[in-house]
Amino acid sequence: MEFLALLVAPILGAVILAFFGARRFAPEANVAISVVTFAAACALTVRVISEGSITAANEQFFIDPFNVFLVTLTAFVSLNTSLFSRPYMRIEREHGRVNSAQSRLYHSMYQLFIAAMLIALTTNNMGLMWVAMEAATLSTVLLVTLYRTPSSLEAGWKYFILCGVGIAQALFGTILLYVAAESVLGAEGMSALLWTHLNGVKGQLEPAVLSLAFVFLLVGYGTKVGLAPLHNWLPDAHAEGPTPISAVLSGLLLNVAIYAVVRCKVLVEGSLKSDLPSQMLMGFGLLSVVLAAFFLWRQRDIKRLLAYSSIEHMGIIAFAFGMGGAVANFAALLHMTVHSLTKSAIFFAVGHAAQKSGTQIMDDIRGLLTLSPTVGWGLMLGTLAILGMPPFGVFASEFLILTTAMQQQPWATPILLMALGVAFAAIFGRVQPMVFGETTAKRLPHPPALLPVFAHLALVLMLGLYIPSYLADWYRLAARLIAGQ
Amino acid sequence: MTPLDWLTQLLEMLAALAAAPLFVGWINQCRAWLQNRSAPSILQPYRAIRKLFYKDAVLATHASSFFRVAPYVVFGAMVGAAAVIPSVSTRLPFSNAADAIALVGLFATARVFISLAAMDVGTAFGSLGARREMLVGFLAEPALLMVIFVASLISASTALPAISEGLATRTLALYPSLAFTGVAFVLVLLAENARIPVDNPATHLELTMIHEAMLLEYSARHLALMEWAAALKLFNYACIGFALFLPWGLATGDSPNPGTLLASIPVLAGKLAIAGAALAVIETVSAKLRVFRAPEFLATAFLLAVLGLLVHLLLGA
Amino acid sequence: MSNSSIDLQLLNAFASLLLLLSFAMLSQRRIVTMVKLLAMQGMLLGLATLLLAVRTGQNHLYISAALTLSLKALFMPWVLHRLIKRLGVYWDSEPLLNITVTMLAGLLIVIFSFGLAQPIAEFANTATRSAIGIAVAVVLLAFLTMITRGKAMSQVVGFLSMENGLFFGAMSASYGMPMIIELGVALDVLVAMLVLGVFFFQIREQFDSLDLHHLEKLREEK
Repeated sequence: MEFLALLVAPILGAVILAFFGARRFAPEANVAISVVTFAAACALTVRVISEGSITAANEQFFIDPFNVFLVTLTAFVSLNTSLFSRPYMRIEREHGRVNSAQSRLYHSMYQLFIAAMLIALTTNNMGLMWVAMEAATLSTVLLVTLYRTPSSLEAGWKYFILCGVGIAQALFGTILLYVAAESVLGAEGMSALLWTHLNGVKGQLEPAVLSLAFVFLLVGYGTKVGLAPLHNWLPDAHAEGPTPISAVLSGLLLNVAIYAVVRCKVLVEGSLKSDLPSQMLMGFGLLSVVLAAFFLWRQRDIKRLLAYSSIEHMGIIAFAFGMGGAVANFAALLHMTVHSLTKSAIFFAVGHAAQKSGTQIMDDIRGLLTLSPTVGWGLMLGTLAILGMPPFGVFASEFLILTTAMQQQPWATPILLMALGVAFAAIFGRVQPMVFGETTAKRLPHPPALLPVFAHLALVLMLGLYIPSYLADWYRLAARLIAGQ
Repeated sequence: MTPLDWLTQLLEMLAALAAAPLFVGWINQCRAWLQNRSAPSILQPYRAIRKLFYKDAVLATHASSFFRVAPYVVFGAMVGAAAVIPSVSTRLPFSNAADAIALVGLFATARVFISLAAMDVGTAFGSLGARREMLVGFLAEPALLMVIFVASLISASTALPAISEGLATRTLALYPSLAFTGVAFVLVLLAENARIPVDNPATHLELTMIHEAMLLEYSARHLALMEWAAALKLFNYACIGFALFLPWGLATGDSPNPGTLLASIPVLAGKLAIAGAALAVIETVSAKLRVFRAPEFLATAFLLAVLGLLVHLLLGA
Repeated sequence: MSNSSIDLQLLNAFASLLLLLSFAMLSQRRIVTMVKLLAMQGMLLGLATLLLAVRTGQNHLYISAALTLSLKALFMPWVLHRLIKRLGVYWDSEPLLNITVTMLAGLLIVIFSFGLAQPIAEFANTATRSAIGIAVAVVLLAFLTMITRGKAMSQVVGFLSMENGLFFGAMSASYGMPMIIELGVALDVLVAMLVLGVFFFQIREQFDSLDLHHLEKLREEK
């Protein structure tokens, strides 16, 4: 029941908003739908915690501690993003950057995107997961090009082609997985594509085929995660789309993609009994961290800067999942949570800042603190949080990952530390003058939506100081699940 | 080997010598019909060769003895090739001497001699033609080898008689690999024999000519031999094509049999007639390529041949 | 030598032709011809599926064949033709690389993919398993086609050709995925076409051309 509401609310919302998305009440309707989705997610979480894993719709959907926490996170961030987008899109319309058709497209596609991600998270069927991932890409392509500027078109094209090609590789990987599973589970029905069934027989799957499948799946879904060297689309898509979309792309879509990779990894590792998947994940992860850290120096656009920061954090998460084991997985899950919350909070603050200054170029944004203390402090605190300063949650998860790395992969620790240091210097050096200093910008007609920014940051702070016991249990359960125990 | 085999060998070589100009004449006749011209006699190439033999040879002052030797070598290479290719019978005593790969080498020898001779006199056209000929050759030879490899893989032998015997007696099945290599072979044939998409044997246009440019300095009996060798080359290629892709109707089997031998001669004539007509059609409907595009044309041939090889290895068909 | 049945031979022949068409697409300069080749590829794919359906008697393969024939052989090429007409992009798309070099690269790719498919082919238990290598090759060749073209339209043709290769791979490795997944994939491809159509008009509106060289401004130096 809760589950039905979870999926139906955004889909229905997308249909409704496709017709009424240009009305005055559309942003509020958007928020209302997100509230319903979030409520359903909460109810679902309560049920999973009390009853354990559940399946739905003839085993096509499957909710366990791993994905239910991502479902809640997705619903929560999308709710807050819809709150943020309410004043943001109003201002965009008044500035004439968005007309009524585009507003309809925006609201409808926003809900469709959320629905696609929720389906990708909750489905038990590897094929359906692929379909949902592709749908998530397609629904955001037109959002990235919402402003129809030359650079946004370029970003959208890159996004479409790169992710299209990537996701085609993932389809091939899925086919291979099916081929391997078919001989064990039989071709009748859908059994050979259901993750729970596959997980049950993973020891019997043919290792040669599965390792090949994993390469394709990792390259395919890894493109969507933004793992280097397949990350080219990510900075462009983040920088050129509307800021709420950047926030959900960075905060949610990347999570969903890495979720898909991890699900595949569990299966392949069970079959291979070697550490090839782990090593591939660690390798790609480390490469992304290092590459992103150095690209951070060359950015002038604040949203591109943040996008590269996302690549860096995805690299850290991939590395942590690659190390495996209960602690590293726990840390990776925690990092997914705090990164998602922090990064979306920064995007919210940046969205307001950019609207106030009329530009995304960092050199032209100055003195946010005098202009709007709340936006300024939001940006500053968010930046400190994402850079891993204590007492924020990112510090806790990065600390856990680094200490685990020291034990398990000592060679990687100096590389990680150096990359984190470089990233710190690059981002802090850019953001500090934006917040402090003189200003030239004007005030905006609509008050900024600051609740989402501070709600996210407060949560991140809380996670850094203290993780509630039920949440910790939940992470531990998920971590053990991923470790295959 | 029985005396009859030796007789067959001799007969085949004589037939090749006699039929080659006839084949060229037939192609020219077909082309003329297709182009709505009144056709020259089918015997026209014989007349041209005879006329050239009656003339006195003129040699350039700078020509070395190499220049004079080359036509005999080229002609000899072509006659040798004709001796190896099973055009009427697979029981050829000479064919033990050279397999299909050596055959390609024989063609290469002829190419080297004709190109060196063209450069020997030192005129601009000769060098230009030689250079283009080498360009075509270095792309066409690997393609031809690939074609032969596919056929040898299927029949497990590199000797042409064994290949055609193997292919003629197999059960009838779809061979995509043979289809690919067949097309590749036609492309190579067109390029190697200076036919239309690559070269035009009927013009002396300096921008496009390849083969003719190399023969400009030759006259009389030397020219006659060169022309005859060119005709033989075309005939040889056609017969290789028949041996690889249309091996039916050849006199095969272990014991010599005059009956099948006699029967295979009209079959060969029929195949030649059809092939000549097909060649004329190809030459009529296609436009001459720019010389710069010739590598692409030949790369296509090579590609098709390699694809045939790969498809054979993968699918076993 | 080959004593397998005639329908298997036909399937193998279709597979080889698919590969040949991929190469033809790779070497083709004219976008209209590329679309025609794509339609032929879709047609072959549909016929191969139909043949397989007859051979194995699986009902969902009939639906799949009908879907492939109508979507990939007819509808999508038709849409592309219309787009070409509406946008007036008949011009030739000269590949960024010399064609001969591209072809040779393509050959290497084919060898690589045959090697790649070896373990799968050994494992799969379908009669068509030897064609998996060809499917992989078609996918990678389509990828090469996309890389070597600077025009949006040719990249899309490459993209769709890649999809064809994937379908063929699924078919030869396991007689197709379950029906729902195939429907989902087909739906996604359709929506992708729709999005692309919208996209083309937006690009065209902005640049008056579909040349992707306009889309090279977002560099790191910016």
